[in-house]
Amino acid sequence: MRYGALLILLGGLVAALFVASLLLGASSLGPRESLVALFSGDGAAGVVMREIRLPRALLGVLVGGALGLSGAAMQGYLRNPLAEPGLIGTSGSAALGAVLAIHTGAYAAFALALPLAALAGAGLAVALITLLAGREGRALRLILAGIAVSALAGSLTALVLNLAPSPFAAAEIVFWLMGSLADRSMLHVALAAPFAAAGALVLLRQGRGLDALTLGEDAAASLGVSLRRLRLGVVLGSAALVGAATAVAGAVGFVGLVVPHLLRRAVGAQPSRLMPAAMLGGAAMLLAADIATRLIAPERDLKLGVLTALVGAPFFLQMIRRMGREGA
Amino acid sequence: MTLLSLHDLSVARGPCQVLSGVRAEVRAGEVIGLLGPNGSGKTTLLRAALGLLAHGGSSSLAQMPPRARARAAAWLPQAREIAWGMPVAALVRLGRLPHGPAGAEAAVARALARMRLQDLRARSATALSGGEQARALIARALAQEAPLLLADEPIAGLDPAAQIGCMQVFAELAAAGGAVVVSLHDLGLAARHCTRLWVLHRGRLVADGAPRAVLTPGLLAEVFQIRAHFADTPDGPVFQPLALLGQ
Amino acid sequence: MSPRLHMTLAAFGLALWAAGAAAESPAAPARVVSMPDPPQRVVSMNVCTDQLALLIAAPGQIVALSHFATDPEMSALAAAAAGFAQSRGDAEAIALLAPDLVLADVWSSPATLDMLARLGIRVEQFSPGVSAPDIRAKIERMGTVLGQPERAAQVLARFDASLAAIRRPGPGLRAAIYGPGGFGYGTATLEGQILALAGFANVVAGPGLDWGGRLDPERLLLAAPDLVIAGAAGASRAEELLAHPALRHLRVARGLRDANWVCAAPAMLDAAAELAQLGRQIAAEKLAVGQ
Repeated sequence: MRYGALLILLGGLVAALFVASLLLGASSLGPRESLVALFSGDGAAGVVMREIRLPRALLGVLVGGALGLSGAAMQGYLRNPLAEPGLIGTSGSAALGAVLAIHTGAYAAFALALPLAALAGAGLAVALITLLAGREGRALRLILAGIAVSALAGSLTALVLNLAPSPFAAAEIVFWLMGSLADRSMLHVALAAPFAAAGALVLLRQGRGLDALTLGEDAAASLGVSLRRLRLGVVLGSAALVGAATAVAGAVGFVGLVVPHLLRRAVGAQPSRLMPAAMLGGAAMLLAADIATRLIAPERDLKLGVLTALVGAPFFLQMIRRMGREGA
Repeated sequence: MTLLSLHDLSVARGPCQVLSGVRAEVRAGEVIGLLGPNGSGKTTLLRAALGLLAHGGSSSLAQMPPRARARAAAWLPQAREIAWGMPVAALVRLGRLPHGPAGAEAAVARALARMRLQDLRARSATALSGGEQARALIARALAQEAPLLLADEPIAGLDPAAQIGCMQVFAELAAAGGAVVVSLHDLGLAARHCTRLWVLHRGRLVADGAPRAVLTPGLLAEVFQIRAHFADTPDGPVFQPLALLGQ
Repeated sequence: MSPRLHMTLAAFGLALWAAGAAAESPAAPARVVSMPDPPQRVVSMNVCTDQLALLIAAPGQIVALSHFATDPEMSALAAAAAGFAQSRGDAEAIALLAPDLVLADVWSSPATLDMLARLGIRVEQFSPGVSAPDIRAKIERMGTVLGQPERAAQVLARFDASLAAIRRPGPGLRAAIYGPGGFGYGTATLEGQILALAGFANVVAGPGLDWGGRLDPERLLLAAPDLVIAGAAGASRAEELLAHPALRHLRVARGLRDANWVCAAPAMLDAAAELAQLGRQIAAEKLAVGQ
């Protein structure tokens, strides 16, 4: 399939799932009433559509796109198809930053503290991983580094929540570890969108550098790519995307792993082409997962991470097996 | 026209002096073979010349800004890394990065034709054999269409036809006004296809001249610890290492 | 009638009434042992038994209250409890006070209660209760247990008077009580009973919802209650839901749920009365707007 056609197809898929997400909810609003209410904006139904369903659908696109794009970029930079925000610990670190911002009261004082803290957490993790993974980004070192960072971030998050003054804080750990889009508002969209947009712009510009990196660092440098600027761009861009997404939705795993993997062959494996496709694919996958949580267990807050893990973990295992056979 | 000029080039790694005081020039039309035992500093010399390594002394290439340098010289590293299974044509097209989109398709087609890869242009690069991958990477360097080509052991592991074919491509590049510096271990091929030889021994350039003048028994003994047979035949010079020293 | 027959009849009547009171109080595995003298050293383990004990016990009967007794957020009679000692509520602390009666909740720590039983200390467990009849039964039983039937009767009379004095708004007002995590309190909870006493219909109602359940913000909005009673939004995500921008479109009262809402005790009627007044205000406003 041609690249342009693929992008259009993915875009259409995202649009369709966006509309479907708007039409689904816990209440008895039917699809037709929902659409009417969205545009007319009257009464309680209008409030439901504008303030509850619309932010949820928007965040589905934003979070999914952020995770897909940053997954593709990190894989391109580390030259390793296993690199994704959840596995290498950036989501967990972003969650830690967010939890600290909330439970120390910084968020209550200054709303932007939330995405900034999450960004800082993610940035620290990405920088650490790029340092630990070494020049070749060999699979074993990368995975081990990711496990270490994830474990540390997860345990510190649990610690903060256990020590938090609010009695409800300890139960919150599930949200931070598995992610959810329930009960989010337009405020969360406003907090996350600027950082996600900035991160996306930075990352998409690294496409050519990442393409050249296919040949190795030396060859890329000889082609005129500034390795230092490439690394900076990838670290900052990924941090902004993962930080923004995790700050409002918790740590959702496996989107950045599955989506680039599925789309890689269709785009001809070039990182510069994979990134936009993965952005759209990630948005579609997350919207689909969020819709599924509302269909499967409408009364309960089923976590997004459960569904993405149900799809992603078998994928991950299969990829490991395949890499083992090829002797990476 | 001088395409590369090295002045007192040296590289130190910690207390160890890996390369010291290398002085040399590359002029248009030359195919220079870079020879030396393992660990003599061949890769270091090439990378320092390109400015990819911190070095003392000067290299005309290293002083250029990255984009201009990429248009002036193409670098073919020893490690044949291909991270992703992109089509061969796309891989070769990566060499056009310093130039922008204009003329890319034509340059890629020329490079593929030169390395006889047209039939494989749509194949995934990681699905090729080792030899085919090596040729694809050379094609990438050719697509860059820079006057100077620096290649680090490009023919290692290729079959004889591919090896000779590759050296012939280098000769064609030189004949067209460019120059090639290629490091290799096959002294026979170096003698037959290179216009000049550089020999590195423990980080120093100990010889710089035509193959006949450089590959003397004395040098072979001191640098390579071998004896060899060197003869001029109707088919050109023939060089064959025979035995270790003292055997 | 001879004085002796009088006494016998009175004792018999008392015993019958005590047995009846014990039977009325719901699901209380009470071990009513009719003691000849009122207990002199009473320890209360639970903030709700604190409330009744403070109202009904004679001066000097109470040796210690629970450690929440003076917490203004949990104890409606926090001020009155100021002069009393407090106990941590574990068996060791209680036993050291040498009580002859310990007042506990049916949900108090079983381990602690077992230990007290083994130490031979008398424990009376009270059910938390939710409704006005529950509270009346508790008042009567507390009077019996503490040996203060007259004081209990006085408290009961004041309770009935307050109950009758609540002026409810007209029918048709609907409300929801919204807790952290979007929990809606049902009719069988104390909060739900306060709502009912104040004259509101509870939005959280229906099969399986007696105790309440999670009320999705969408459902809450579409139910369009006249009043939402919520707590203060806190730092945790569960509490953050109470500050969801969508709730701006409803009338939300924060800060209503104070210590009066914690226990099924006479103070609960203050909460109902306050809420009823708010209800009358809302009804008046709705009339003015012409709904």
